[in-house]
Amino acid sequence: MSWFQRTGKGIQTPTELKREAPDGLWHLCPECKQVMHTREHKQNAYTCIHCNYHDKIGSEAYFQVLFDDGAYKELDADMFSADPLEFVDTKAYPSRIKQTQEKTGLKDACRTAEGKINGINITISCMDFSFIGGSMGSVVGEKIARGMDNSLKKKIPFLMISKSGGARMMEAGYSLMQMAKTSAKIARLDQAKIPYISLLTDPTTGGVTASFAMLGDFNIAEPGSLIGFAGPRVIKETIGKELPKGFQTAEFILEHGFLDFIVDRKDLKDKLSSLLKILKK
Amino acid sequence: MRTLLEFEKPIAELEAKLEDMKKLAQDNNVDVSSAVRNLSKSIEQLRNETFDNLTRWQRVQLSRHPDRPYTLDYIELMCDEFHELHGDRGVRDDPAIIGGLANIGGLSVMVIGQQKGRKTKQRQHRNFGMANPEGYRKALRLMKMAEKFDIPVVTLIDTPGAFPGLEAEERGQGEAIARNIKEMMVLKVPVICVVIGEGASGGALGLGIGDRVLMLENSWYSVISPENCSTILWRSWDFKEQAAEALKLTAIDMKSFGLVDGIIPEPKGGAHLNFEEMAATLKKTILQEIKILSKMKADQRVDARIDKFCQMGVVNS
Repeated sequence: MSWFQRTGKGIQTPTELKREAPDGLWHLCPECKQVMHTREHKQNAYTCIHCNYHDKIGSEAYFQVLFDDGAYKELDADMFSADPLEFVDTKAYPSRIKQTQEKTGLKDACRTAEGKINGINITISCMDFSFIGGSMGSVVGEKIARGMDNSLKKKIPFLMISKSGGARMMEAGYSLMQMAKTSAKIARLDQAKIPYISLLTDPTTGGVTASFAMLGDFNIAEPGSLIGFAGPRVIKETIGKELPKGFQTAEFILEHGFLDFIVDRKDLKDKLSSLLKILKK
Repeated sequence: MRTLLEFEKPIAELEAKLEDMKKLAQDNNVDVSSAVRNLSKSIEQLRNETFDNLTRWQRVQLSRHPDRPYTLDYIELMCDEFHELHGDRGVRDDPAIIGGLANIGGLSVMVIGQQKGRKTKQRQHRNFGMANPEGYRKALRLMKMAEKFDIPVVTLIDTPGAFPGLEAEERGQGEAIARNIKEMMVLKVPVICVVIGEGASGGALGLGIGDRVLMLENSWYSVISPENCSTILWRSWDFKEQAAEALKLTAIDMKSFGLVDGIIPEPKGGAHLNFEEMAATLKKTILQEIKILSKMKADQRVDARIDKFCQMGVVNS
């Protein structure tokens, strides 16, 4: 016979509810390992308040950071990938697409939207790295091309936010020609004197670097982003040596003359609108 | 000494047998004409069988055949005159891309192409046809010159890819290719691009924007080589044949997708078996295309070129 007897029920809180703080209240910076309030992190445009590390974010977060009141109209939201080559590697391409769609809630690796930044109308296409490495197939190419068409039609600036490993292998020749297609549309923007700003974020490599990402009237980047044509691993294998520190960072690319400037994400919106206002005169 | 691909060997063996037979007959003064006829017929049959049923990987092998004609071979055989022009006016001259003013059948043409080397030393000198940014910038400089003097541009594409090196990155490989793609879109003169061997990814596309993009019968053109595709998707080099099949990278594939405009036939057994015939076919095609394209107004041509590339891609919406 025990001294005390429980009169009510025993403790029945399931393990997953046993938490000291609600999920997502605190954000741990993957770079400096310091903690900040999630709200603070978000207000700081998803960059670390301690070390300025720029978190990798997707299209929705970029739209929220850039568009006034987070309001925008998405274009071609329902476009999704076909399988023109009936491509099968270890998995059939359509099932890979379907799985990724379910996992990410995205249709493909790029979203396009129209809205205002500090009152200026603009079209923005933004890549999502979480969708097969932000790889460019027909959908990405077509969405960017149509986004540029939207800018041409409405005579408003175009902003491209790149974040991609390059062209998508599963659409082979079609993917390659998206480099041509997007560049062709940029030639149209040139003809119509529409400003085209290319923001390169972490990472931007391969066929994306070798086409629209490097063709902005302004090529700009977020600090610390990996930017290059060939990936670091491939280069290392080619030259058989370790790569120098800071190789292929945004700072390195700026130093070598391929960027106009590097901009902190929290300053991006104001910087863009100032720049576009000067162009308007 | 000819280099033989695996599937060329049975044919070569029969050919050697035929030679032996002829020699034996001559030396001993015997009549073997019926046997010779029979053997010739079986050689012909075997060749047709082999080359009418090439797998995609076999075509990739043919496109890289060490005896295959390269850009300079075509220039020598097609051009009545050729003045090579060097340098990008910025960094240096890139031997992986050559270019210059040519006279082809009485017509002035700017010819630009990737160049591979034939012997070890030459291969290194040409960097295996893998251009650095200055190669693409030289090409663009020459294209702009052609535009100034109203001379059509012909590019010959043959590269395993743009060079993935340290300096190439420092000097902006991506930017160089991107700029070429955009500038070639709006070049006011006729532009004809021909994939003569390997057309690997951005490195090929950097010379690949034209009013007519053509492929030799046994060339390939895709976003990645079968080996690299195999490495990434199957995590091993061993699936290159499957990767080649999956990528659908042959001239026939690319034409059927509408991603290139035409296929130029090669001599039976591949371009390497008859340089003269191949060069003559190429020359004839180039001259025909220039003649057609020259009838269009410059702005029309540019518009049609841009629209053509803008239509490429298949999506569901």
